[in-house]
Amino acid sequence: MSTIVLLLVTGLGLGALYFLVASGLSLIWGLMRVLNFAQGAFFTVAGYAGFFAAEALPGTSPWLRWCAGVLAGMLTGGAFAILTEVLLIRPLYRRPVGQVLVTVGLALATLALVEGAFGSDPRQVTLPDWMSATTTIFGAAIPNTRFVVILAALLVLLGLLFFLQRTRYGLIVRAGVENRAMVSALGIDVQRAFTLVFAIGGTAAGLAGVLGAAYYGTIDPSRGTSMLISAFIVVVIGGLGSIGGSALAAVLVGLLQQFLNFYAAAGVGDFAVVLLLAVVLLVRPGGLIGRAPE
Amino acid sequence: MRPRFWAVAIVLIAVAAACLPFVPVTLPGVFDGPLNSAGTLNLLGLCFVFGALALTYDIVFGFTGLLSFGHALYFATGVYVTAIALARWHWSLPQALALTALVGFGLPLALGAVCLRVKDIPFAMVTLAFAEAGSILVLQDPWGLTGGEDGIALGGSVLPATLVGVANTSHLYWIATGLLVATCAIGWWAVQSPPGRVWQAIRENERRVAVLGLNPYSYKLASFTLSGFLAAAAGVAYLFLQGGANPQITTANFTLVLLVMVVLGGVGTLWGAVIGGIVYEYLDFRLVGFSNAAGVQSLPPILRVPLSEPLFILGVLFIVLVLFLPEGIGGLFRRLPGRRHGPS
Repeated sequence: MSTIVLLLVTGLGLGALYFLVASGLSLIWGLMRVLNFAQGAFFTVAGYAGFFAAEALPGTSPWLRWCAGVLAGMLTGGAFAILTEVLLIRPLYRRPVGQVLVTVGLALATLALVEGAFGSDPRQVTLPDWMSATTTIFGAAIPNTRFVVILAALLVLLGLLFFLQRTRYGLIVRAGVENRAMVSALGIDVQRAFTLVFAIGGTAAGLAGVLGAAYYGTIDPSRGTSMLISAFIVVVIGGLGSIGGSALAAVLVGLLQQFLNFYAAAGVGDFAVVLLLAVVLLVRPGGLIGRAPE
Repeated sequence: MRPRFWAVAIVLIAVAAACLPFVPVTLPGVFDGPLNSAGTLNLLGLCFVFGALALTYDIVFGFTGLLSFGHALYFATGVYVTAIALARWHWSLPQALALTALVGFGLPLALGAVCLRVKDIPFAMVTLAFAEAGSILVLQDPWGLTGGEDGIALGGSVLPATLVGVANTSHLYWIATGLLVATCAIGWWAVQSPPGRVWQAIRENERRVAVLGLNPYSYKLASFTLSGFLAAAAGVAYLFLQGGANPQITTANFTLVLLVMVVLGGVGTLWGAVIGGIVYEYLDFRLVGFSNAAGVQSLPPILRVPLSEPLFILGVLFIVLVLFLPEGIGGLFRRLPGRRHGPS
C-alpha cells in the first residue's frame, strides 16, 4: 500500500513537470503551428538561472533564496522565449519548416553552451529544510518536493484556463487557435498574441526548470532534452492545442512511467509510454482530446 | 548534354576518391597527415559515410517533405544489429549482414506504417518518440546485448583480417567510398523514377496527389522505408570504420545533427546533402582541434567557452543558414533560372 501511494504521488509529480513543459508547447503549436524545440533549452537555462540566483543570496533565509530562484527561473525562461520569438521566429513567419529548424539550432547551441560554461556533471541544489524532508501519508514517506511540484502545476493549469476562458487576450488566443486568418482579418494584432503565447510557454518551462531541479535534487544540461521529448509525447497523446488534454495526458504518462519502471524494470516505463503513443495514434490520431487532423 | 556531363564528372570524382590511398601528398592546414595516412583516410571515410547518411535523410525530408526526427534510429539499427550479431552471437559476416538487411528493411517499414498515420509536425514528434524508445532500449540494455553506455567494441577476431588494423584502413576507406557511390546511384535512380516523381509531388501538394487518384500513404511509406534501409547500410560502414558501436548515434541529438547536415548542404538536392554531410563531419572533427588550439585556449572565458564547443558553433551556423541562406551550400551554386526549389 505504502509503495503504491509513493509511486502515485511521485508519478503525479513527474506528470506535473511534464505538464508545465507541455502546456507551453501545446499553446504555441495551437496558435502558431510552430513546434518549439527550444522549450527544453528554456527549461535548462532557467534551471541554471534559478540555481545561481539562489547561490547569489547567501545568508538569507533558505525559503527566500529558493523563492528568488523560482522567480529568476521564470523571468529567465520568459525573457529567453520572448527573445526567441522576436529575433528568430518572427522573421520566418512564411516558412513553417524554417521556424522549426531555427528552434532546433537554438536548442543544440544552447545545450552546448550550457555544457561548456557549467560542465556536464550534475550539480546539487540547496533546498529549504522542509522541502528536503518527507511527509508520511498512509505509511509512505513522500518527499515534500512532490507536493510543491503538483501544487504549482495545478495553479498553472487553473491560471491558464482562467486566462484562456475569462480574459480578452485569452479570447484572442482561442480564436487564433480556431482560425488565425479570420482573427487578423478582424483587425486584431495576432503578432502580439504570438509573443504573449511564447512568453507564457517560456515562463512555464522556466518554472518547470527550477521545480525540476528541486524534484531531482540536481541540475544538469541534458535533462531539458529528455523533458522535451516526454512533453512531445504528452502533447500528442493529449491532443495538440488542448490544455486540458495535455494535463490529462501528463498525469497518465507520469503514472504509467513510474509504476512500470518500478514493477517491471527500469526503462520499461519509458518504453511503454512510447507504445501508448503509438496506440493512441492508431485509435485516435487527433489525441485523447482534440479533433482529428484534416 | 548536361546529364552526360554530370555522369562523367561524378565517375571522375569517384575514381579520384578511390585512388586517394595511393597519393602520398600532404595538404597542410587541411589534413594533419599525408592523404594516404590512416588518420586522414579514416576521417575521409567517416565524411563519406555521413555524406551518404545525409543523402538518405534528404530522400525523406527534402524529396518527400516528411520531417522525420527519428532517422538516427535506422542508422543505429545498421550499427547495432551488425555489431550484436558479430560480437555477441559470433555470427559470420555474411550472416550478420543478412540479418541487418532484414531488420534494416523491416523496422522502418513497420514504424513508418504507424508514424505515417499522422502528418507534418505530429509526424515529426512521433518519429522522434520512436527513436527515443530505441535510444532508451540501447542505453538501458535489458537483454545485455548493447553494452549500455559503453557500446560494443568489435574485437580483432570478429571481423575478417582484411578489415582490421591500421594498415588496412584503406580497405575501410574503399568500403565507405563504395557505399557513398552506391547510395548516390540508388538515391538518384529513386528520385528520378516514377515513384520518386510522386514523392516530389507529395512534397509540393499532397492533397492534389490524392485527388489525382494516387494513394500518398503507400508512396510515403516506400520513401521512408528506402531511406531507412540505406541509412542502415551507412550504419554498417560506420561500424567498420569506428571499430565499434557507441550509444551517441542513437540519441535525438544525432538526428538533429543529421538535419543540420542536410540544411547545411541544401534541402532537396542529393549532391547538396552529400556535401553537407561531408562538410559537417569535417568541420566537427576540425573544430575539436581548433578548440584545443593554443590561440583559443588563451582567450578570456567569455570567448573561449563558446568557441571550444563545436556543437555551439555548428548550431549558430545552422541558425544563420536557416535565416539567411535557406537553400544551403547547394543554393549558392544553383542560382540558375528554372530549377526546382526545396521546401522550407
